[in-house]
Amino acid sequence: MTGILEEPQVAALPTKTIEKVAIVCSKGSLEGIYPALIMANGARMEGIEVDLFFTFFGMDAIRKDRQAKIKVATVGNPGMHMPTLLGALPGFASLATRMMSRQMEKLDIPPIPEYVEMIADSGAGIYACKASVDMFGLTKEDLIPQVTGIATVGEFYELAAGGQIIFT
Amino acid sequence: MMLTVAVDQEGFLLDHTEWTRELAEEIARENGIETLTPRHWQVVEFMRDRFITTGNAPTIRALGKESGVPVKELYQLFPKGPAKLAAKIGGIPKPRGCI
Repeated sequence: MTGILEEPQVAALPTKTIEKVAIVCSKGSLEGIYPALIMANGARMEGIEVDLFFTFFGMDAIRKDRQAKIKVATVGNPGMHMPTLLGALPGFASLATRMMSRQMEKLDIPPIPEYVEMIADSGAGIYACKASVDMFGLTKEDLIPQVTGIATVGEFYELAAGGQIIFT
Repeated sequence: MMLTVAVDQEGFLLDHTEWTRELAEEIARENGIETLTPRHWQVVEFMRDRFITTGNAPTIRALGKESGVPVKELYQLFPKGPAKLAAKIGGIPKPRGCI
């Protein structure tokens, strides 16, 4: 038996462009932080509105005392393709970091402090997670001046409203 | 007067030698920039020079450091993306870099 199917109800089509993103940076270490920064800068380059949230060890990227000292994780990182014991040798993380930084400089990828400043200059909001700030016993004074504010999870969702959320 | 040149789907000139300053003004208007100020021109000309001498459009970092217009101002001049928009106005291909 055949019948006529009811016309499906189609909601308004979502727009084909992304107008706004909120990017969460939750991991410390060089390879933890760069992806978030590259996504943020790339979004601003496309004219997309950006808010960046740093939480847990991702906050190293905006801490005055740690920002310039972020290293590649050479231990417990399967992506390094080498024995864990080798990665634990003194100086190894610094060496790996130098090698990677040199490679990135060739591609004109800035060091983390310069990159964060550039992203802030491009008009992105830079936020620290309140729970993490409290947990590490920090204040706004411990964070770089480009930080827009310290935000609770609720405030994060308010800021992210109407956009896409990217978690790294 | 309408100027006719070949462009790709996104409106970037296919041949940068067809570019003129009048055309730049027109592309700017179509993309929401009513008047190109001397600061706009500084960026657009830097982009063109770089592309013509090196074959590549500069990164936003290079643009901020070397064009004489800092990153903050770049985004004020070209809110919808300085590198992309300055390239379009300057008649060179869309920058393909992630940086």
